Amino acid sequence: MIRKVRQHINQNEPLLFERSSPGKRGYQLPELDVPAVDPSAVLGENNTRAAIEGFPEVSEVEAIRHFTRLSTHNYAIDLGLYPLGSCTMKYNPRVNEHVSRIEGLAWAHPYQPESLSQGILEVMGTLEKILAEITGMDAVTLQPAAGAHGEFTGILLVRALLESRGNPRKKLLIPDSAHGTNPATATTAGYAVENIKSNERGMVDVEALARLVTEDVAALMVTNPNTLGVFEENITRIAAILHAKGAMLYMDGANMNALVGIARPGDFGVDVMHLNLHKTFSTPHGGGGPGSGPVAVKSQLEPFLPKPRLERATGGWRWNYDRPRSIGRVRAFYGNIGMHIRALAYIMAHGGEGLANATMDAVLNANYIRKLIEPYYDLPLNAPSMHECVFSDERQAKRGVRTGDIAKRLIDYGFHPYTVSFPLIVHGAMMIEPTETESKDELDLFVDALISIAKEVEENPQVVLTAPHNTRTSRVDEVTAARKPVVRWKPASTSSKAAD
Amino acid sequence: MLSAIGANSLGDLFSHLPEEVRLQRPLDVAPGKSEYEIVDYFRARAAENANGYASFLGAGVYHHYRPVLVDTVVSRGEFLTSYTPYQAEMAQGTLTTIFEFQTMICQLTGMEVANASMYDGSTAVPEAAMMAMRVTGRDRIVVARTVHPEYREVLATYAQHQGMPVVEAGYSQESGALDLDDLENKLDGETAAVIIQSPNFFGIVEDSARAAEIAHRHGALLIFVFAEAVSLGLLEPPRDADIVAGELQSFAISPSYGGPFAGIIATKEKYMRQMPGRIVGETKDTRGNRAFCLTLATREQHIRREKATSNICTNQALIALMATVFMSVYGKEGLRELAQQNLSKAHYLAGKLPLRFDGPFFNEFVAATNGRTPDQINEALLQKKIIGGLPLQRFYPELDGAMLLCATEMSRRENLDRVAEAFA
Repeated sequence: MIRKVRQHINQNEPLLFERSSPGKRGYQLPELDVPAVDPSAVLGENNTRAAIEGFPEVSEVEAIRHFTRLSTHNYAIDLGLYPLGSCTMKYNPRVNEHVSRIEGLAWAHPYQPESLSQGILEVMGTLEKILAEITGMDAVTLQPAAGAHGEFTGILLVRALLESRGNPRKKLLIPDSAHGTNPATATTAGYAVENIKSNERGMVDVEALARLVTEDVAALMVTNPNTLGVFEENITRIAAILHAKGAMLYMDGANMNALVGIARPGDFGVDVMHLNLHKTFSTPHGGGGPGSGPVAVKSQLEPFLPKPRLERATGGWRWNYDRPRSIGRVRAFYGNIGMHIRALAYIMAHGGEGLANATMDAVLNANYIRKLIEPYYDLPLNAPSMHECVFSDERQAKRGVRTGDIAKRLIDYGFHPYTVSFPLIVHGAMMIEPTETESKDELDLFVDALISIAKEVEENPQVVLTAPHNTRTSRVDEVTAARKPVVRWKPASTSSKAAD
Repeated sequence: MLSAIGANSLGDLFSHLPEEVRLQRPLDVAPGKSEYEIVDYFRARAAENANGYASFLGAGVYHHYRPVLVDTVVSRGEFLTSYTPYQAEMAQGTLTTIFEFQTMICQLTGMEVANASMYDGSTAVPEAAMMAMRVTGRDRIVVARTVHPEYREVLATYAQHQGMPVVEAGYSQESGALDLDDLENKLDGETAAVIIQSPNFFGIVEDSARAAEIAHRHGALLIFVFAEAVSLGLLEPPRDADIVAGELQSFAISPSYGGPFAGIIATKEKYMRQMPGRIVGETKDTRGNRAFCLTLATREQHIRREKATSNICTNQALIALMATVFMSVYGKEGLRELAQQNLSKAHYLAGKLPLRFDGPFFNEFVAATNGRTPDQINEALLQKKIIGGLPLQRFYPELDGAMLLCATEMSRRENLDRVAEAFA
């Protein structure tokens, strides 16, 4: 029984290059009000290119139809529940989009005089202050462009502080439940990685940690709540163990949406952390980005923050470049400002109480789903869930159906799949995060879908194994894509059909 | 819902958190506001910034007209509010546009493959350098001093923890271009890559073919950086480069005080598996229809963890879509005409000013401020509601009497004339 969707028209659409005809154009430039110069005369014959081979030639209406038709081939939060665990697919309020496009903000040049940038600097200064309050930390930089970029920044801060004490140390401890960005970041920052196994409750094993923390360990990178959606109950002990050996506690703030207004990392021993504005603070994911990854630190790390630092001086806000102990820049200019504007708008709409309510609703929704589908799917760990819950495909696997198959079948029911096969420590993981956005009605539809699929697995596993059936694109051959990569269109390509 | 899960209150959901961890007071954040109040607040902040000024700033961020279609497309919820397209069957819209993006970046740069985007141009540079280290097995980088100073700062931040020595090659005091003799001198058998930017930070078009020839002679790769993408509408693409690292802000991405922008990395097919970032590939579905999916994921952090080619996860997908729509709207004729307008406006202004360098330039150039300081000229311009150029002393102490000016299709002749008057 599929209650959320039935089939409807999706128009086919070729690639733009296949739509192109010579001479078609979708633009109009004003008449040139200065004398035209001859490019080859001023740039030199060798420096001047011929027409760009293969570049699109379409009319404006062809362009808008092209992109509009393609858009209908996507699922989106605006269409319904998007339960990707750890990704935090919450509603992206449109007022945030609106204010980020106000001309005085959107057209500000990063090198325009500070005296003519006070409005945007006020926005950034305000956001820094609020993020420090939410996290319980002492200082915030908005410069990092995304979560992984924030991790990189945060670990460089750890390195800089330890270096200033005489020894940057050699390795980072990372739980086996961590996001892949954590170990990848360690490498980028010049650290070796040592994995820590989780205990039977899905948490950092404190005894094992105590054994592993030596003078070689720079920091532990911990996600809290972790990727199982479980709060690390021993977090203050973990911090104490690290601090006793002169190591730091780094928190991956990917799941901060489970804590806002309830608990603050700065109060439970975290030294440095990043936030994902595109998760907790509702800036849109946009099909993969942009994000923004502010980093919050305790005061001992403040001197090392990326430069320039925003400062409030007499006469207004200014950038301070005179930061001799800074780790340097992690990107040009000052960060993904458009995302800062959106995040501040989200925070303003909620207020302190509203933010805490959002957290509670997110945790309520996750626990509601967990309770209702627990009779049908294996729950590998029974620790209390925060904002997400992780099931496994153990029961369905006995019928030959894996987490990836159940995920594809969910598509037929009108839902985006949950996060598949992550965290790695749960075999056949199904990681579900509904966020606070969803009403009971939408959650019930989703629960019905998962229960219905569990029954299908018993009665007719083939329908699940070959899903999705109702989409305009059926299951995609990812193996061939990787084996024989075709990563750009070419004219008269034998692998491309003009009519799609 | 509470009764369904056997809880009495929302507070019960957090009762397992240790007492000492819980925040015992409300957050000190002002109460929630209405939509009207929020819009009003940001309008007031916007009013405190420069409004109604003509600007001649470039230096990595350019004022180009943004076709209305761009925001029309990216405001569609199906693009705006979707996630990274891991589930190909319900993300063909995003995947198809990324495939088109990769194709257009290849056509634009003369490269064979391109990724789905990087954070921005400045972070694409160290990612390209680390890629060159993997390809060559060498660790030393020579970067032209004419590469954007902030890009070089970012490179330095990444390099210091990669065991990657970075050496700078100087520029010609006459032409403003990279000093190729100095480049030759700085190269050795340990050099993984030479990094040049064209048009360079002074707006000068570099001789990338010669730079490539010199780099290759020493067994190093050439990394070609661009910050002003519109220039590629007219300029010969860097076909001799091995890696292209660029910034697409010029393609309908609003300046936004420096971000979000979108960077790219493009390269030769043989280096594809050393690329950082996401890549979309073409395949088929079980019905035999053409389909697209994310591919070559074994390079990436979620599969390879500490052995990944980069730690990048979230990229700049929606911003890359802006650039894709821009390239579609302007297309083959339009990008060329747009570039020609930029070239003509800049040369009109440059023709009225004393130039510091004599190398060929696109839409930016360095003017000498003979006798007065750049700040004095900018002050005079501000009185006429014009934001002048970037004083170069900030990044190049030796260029204390010079400013970098940029003219685009949005620079009106009357304002070009006003800038010229301020120098007179």
